[in-house]
Amino acid sequence: MTVSRALLKSRSGSAGLVLVGLLLLSALVSLVWTPYDPTLARPRDGWLLPFSGGHVLGTDRLGRDELSQLLAGARGTLLTALLAATIAAVVGLALALAAVLVPRWIGAAVVQLTDVLIAFPVLLIAMILTAVYGGSTWTVVTAVGVGAGVNLARVARAEAGRVLNTDYVLAAHAAGSGTWRTVRKHLLPNIAPTLVVQLSLVLSVAVLAEAALSFLGFGAPAPAVSWGRMLHEQQQYIAARPLLVIWPGLAVAASVLGFNLLGDGLREAADARLRIREAR
Amino acid sequence: MTLYVVRRAALLVVSLLAASVLIFLVLRLLPGDIAQTIGGIKATPAQVAAVRHDLGLDRPLAAQYADWIGGVVTGDFGRSVLDGTSVSGQLAEKFAVTGPLAVGAVVLALAFAVPLGIVAAVRRDSRLGGAVNALGQFGIALPTLWVGLLLVVVFAVQLRWLPAQGFPVDGWAERGQALRSLVLPWLALALSEGAVLLRFVRSAVLEVLHQDWLRTARAKGHTRTGALVRHGLRNAAVPVVSVLGLQIAALVAGAVVVEQVFVLPGVGQMLITDVGNRDLDKVQGEILLLTGAVLVIGFLVDLAHRLIDPRLRSAV
Repeated sequence: MTVSRALLKSRSGSAGLVLVGLLLLSALVSLVWTPYDPTLARPRDGWLLPFSGGHVLGTDRLGRDELSQLLAGARGTLLTALLAATIAAVVGLALALAAVLVPRWIGAAVVQLTDVLIAFPVLLIAMILTAVYGGSTWTVVTAVGVGAGVNLARVARAEAGRVLNTDYVLAAHAAGSGTWRTVRKHLLPNIAPTLVVQLSLVLSVAVLAEAALSFLGFGAPAPAVSWGRMLHEQQQYIAARPLLVIWPGLAVAASVLGFNLLGDGLREAADARLRIREAR
Repeated sequence: MTLYVVRRAALLVVSLLAASVLIFLVLRLLPGDIAQTIGGIKATPAQVAAVRHDLGLDRPLAAQYADWIGGVVTGDFGRSVLDGTSVSGQLAEKFAVTGPLAVGAVVLALAFAVPLGIVAAVRRDSRLGGAVNALGQFGIALPTLWVGLLLVVVFAVQLRWLPAQGFPVDGWAERGQALRSLVLPWLALALSEGAVLLRFVRSAVLEVLHQDWLRTARAKGHTRTGALVRHGLRNAAVPVVSVLGLQIAALVAGAVVVEQVFVLPGVGQMLITDVGNRDLDKVQGEILLLTGAVLVIGFLVDLAHRLIDPRLRSAV
């Protein structure tokens, strides 16, 4: 059974695919078309209600089209999430391999360093970087990438340690396989399912962190459109137009839920694959 | 047990030192010049150099670190280079907001996560269990800041039951007012923390339900509930306590966000302001303080872990 078939069979997996697909679609569509220019302010059209003046979800205080901003925000969210996951994968794998492959005392030091780094909440790492550089997509991406990467390292390390103790790795060693060949041929393919599941969770953490940081005013500066900043700008007018804090928050929640469900689905699929392999 | 406590305490000290070195190095070594920030865009190189000298930034890194950490040990977490206010001076006042916020949120989160998690596990095949489980899944996905804003829309804007933001100027002197302004922040923080806990309580109880000793307890004549209460919950508590320890980092981050949503003058708000001002000396102290809190609470949780699980006590 292929992974995609298993994903579609599980309820959480298919729900996750739909939500993530929606995010992907919004981001792609926003590249070529949005109903209005998402950053174009037209104060005379401010505070339009949904379905008035050709604005499906209405406009904000400055007359910017809400739907267009939501679509454009998907782009930033997705980009941040993907970049952060890439960094997390590199950091996590490097630290995990360093912990299991090198001489023991270096490995122990790496493990200790990882454990200290885990104590830093992602948000605090981001704030350190922001204090030095000012807010940008890069500070968010780096902070989430490193913060999630060290957590990933802990999981990957345990998994790599387990695989390295299996008989087939011993057999490969006996057959003359070098360290890198063993890593490439046996270690990476066998820890990959766990890593993929973890990475889908990193994506959801990244979406949440991006929203929180932009909300605090430490995200990518304007003219970049961000769901978190939409919430920030709308906060003081919450009594006048509560709907305008509903939409961006809903978009964030749906994306996070999507990546979480996708992770659950992938885990089920991976478990099923393991069961089949063991049954053979 | 004593040996374990000593070892774990030593590890805590090493971790705190490592964290302080990391924070210090990141803030000093990354390009970006506080002297330039203070001097302004028009400052001449000579003026910038003078500011650097005043701040002691031209001294060797090790000496700067020793100075800083010496201050930290005696309770001086740094002083603003912009307006001279000190972290330690403001800390008591700020912590009077953040402390109750965090503690109250954890208590509230446990109060609904533990019973709901048990229900979700025990009734996992019923509609109720499924609904509770789905609720947890959705709760995790909801951004804390959005939950906060939604609570404001419902309870402050529509129903007008509670204040939308702010904290009494006199602080806890106006106890009723202070409590009222913390209700929505508590709910916002507890909902997101509790949703994560709920899932862990559920899986911990599920694990316990399959154990042989629980079947033995049933065979001895305990009812299902009786066996679970007498034997199951203490065992299920072990993994939940470790998760609670790991959740502290998330709680700190959540508190920062919630303080911004509800405009509460706490430690998080102080940090946000200082980061916005690029007040590096204060940021350095504040980050160390928050990270230190995470590490210390992690230490306490590890000790609590041993206390509730006698099997771990003999292990070192």
